[in-house]
Amino acid sequence: MNMIVCVKQVIDPEAPPASFKIDPSANKVVTPPSVPPVISPFDEHAVEAALRIKDVQGGKITILSLGTNLLREVVKRPLAMGADELILLEDDAFAESDSWSTAYALAMAIKKIGEYDLIFCGRQAADWDAGQVGSGIAEILGLPSITVAKKIDVTDGKARVERVTADGYEVIEVLLPALITISNELGEPRYPKITGIMAAKKKEPIIWKPADIGADASQIGTAGKRIKLFKLFQPIHEGKCEIIDGESPEDAAANLALKLREAKIL
Amino acid sequence: MAEYKGVMIHCEVAEGKLAAIATELLGCGRKLADDLGQELYAALVGNKLSDLAQEAITFGADKVYVIDDPLLKDYQTDSYAPVMEKLIKQVMPQIFLLGQTSIGRDLAPRLAFKLDTIATMDCVELAIDSDSKRLLQTKPVFGGNAQAIFINESDTQVATVRTKAMSPLEPDSSRQGESITIDAGIDSSAIRTKVLEQVPEAVEGIKLEDAKVVVSGGRGIGSADGFKQLEELAKILKGAVGATRPPCDNGWVPAGLQVGLTGKIISPDLYIAVALSGASQHMTGSSGAKTIVAINKDAEANIFREARFGIVGDWKKVLPAFTDKVKELLVE
Repeated sequence: MNMIVCVKQVIDPEAPPASFKIDPSANKVVTPPSVPPVISPFDEHAVEAALRIKDVQGGKITILSLGTNLLREVVKRPLAMGADELILLEDDAFAESDSWSTAYALAMAIKKIGEYDLIFCGRQAADWDAGQVGSGIAEILGLPSITVAKKIDVTDGKARVERVTADGYEVIEVLLPALITISNELGEPRYPKITGIMAAKKKEPIIWKPADIGADASQIGTAGKRIKLFKLFQPIHEGKCEIIDGESPEDAAANLALKLREAKIL
Repeated sequence: MAEYKGVMIHCEVAEGKLAAIATELLGCGRKLADDLGQELYAALVGNKLSDLAQEAITFGADKVYVIDDPLLKDYQTDSYAPVMEKLIKQVMPQIFLLGQTSIGRDLAPRLAFKLDTIATMDCVELAIDSDSKRLLQTKPVFGGNAQAIFINESDTQVATVRTKAMSPLEPDSSRQGESITIDAGIDSSAIRTKVLEQVPEAVEGIKLEDAKVVVSGGRGIGSADGFKQLEELAKILKGAVGATRPPCDNGWVPAGLQVGLTGKIISPDLYIAVALSGASQHMTGSSGAKTIVAINKDAEANIFREARFGIVGDWKKVLPAFTDKVKELLVE
């Protein structure tokens, strides 16, 4: 089983909301100085999905990541979890991509990798929440795609996929090779073991530049963008919370109920 | 070269009628079309669509394109995407809108890439820029910590719209419109997937999206057992129970109870947030609530920036006492 998992380094979405700042004049997010970046959470679920298949039937997992200033300890985490090799598309030419130019570059890298049965992506990245790169890669490569999956079983060149729906889930069968995007309903990704972390430290990532993947310069980074960011802003927060007190938690609770009754909310 | 004209809406069907999201999109689309001085089209795609075309017209459409085929009965990427691509290339709308739904999340990106563009997903606001006449697409980013406005300078501009973000028009059965039937022309050999079964998640009582009162729990609830207290309060208030992601990921509650960016979007009259921090990804799903009440032992929790009333305290002590007092007050 040859599997490829696309992962993205992002600002930690678990950082307290109060630490999130925008520079409105530049339409950019100010990277919080004391919060290290992480692998986008749904991408970690995608790594876990591949590892579960490798647990059962063996195989090779290649991690692919596009970006700039990729911190090695961040992008190596999937290796520490149990993936086999890491390929980075790291070059300034890839900077400021949108979903199109990202999907295009990743698709070209996947074409260069050549052999694959399954490609996994997170359902959306925790920064821009665009939710399109996976489907876009599949479209460019001419592959079937299934989105927001929570369980995958592979037998005889087919995958049986449970796909999250509004009211439950549906079961879909797809012929391989295919691309599947993963949602958190898959279950917690495994923590890397110490042995995994030590082994990952010794593995060097393969680094590809645009020329290595035969990328058309007009389709990557800013040049390849299909959408313009017009404005980035933080909606004004007017909230003022009335904290209800009491002599004890139980007393406060009763006061709260009375307050809500008084305000005609109850 | 022909011009792109018109606003087209993908109209989903639920239980033999237009889905709520379809009527919301038609309401939004009507305004955009009027601002552009153009027509509003509905794309009705599925099987056994009978007189849904007329329903789309009463909700604002000028023209309804009906593509009715047994192979379109269940949504599949490989059947719907080529059909929509063909329709859009034929009609050439300036704008194409879908719901941010199970279908829209899958169809919009695939379709957009087929049209040599990308979509803007989960829009909460749409407007026509008065200077450029382009669609201003506003959506939450960074888990809801910020909002971004995107513009696509080429047509067809594709976007998905969050449920309940827009309002339907009052249905007007006197409205006139045209219904056009299009042959699906599906190549069944090109469909590489098979839907084996649909498994609905059993939901007891009121649906989360419809409840006027929601009692939600977060990581601080600590266990499936803990949620029983929230269920009790929700029952008394004739509401539903919701949750943030950690309780769902931990299996304390069914995944369908997740309220948030990738879960349910709700707008109850009263939202009681118990032992949840108020992370942006969650608040973006519940910020439609009229009144938010928070119980959390951390005075610095983000939820207190969102709530109207709150208690800083241990929910295990606060909630039972609150529930008892509520019971008492409701009996009066």
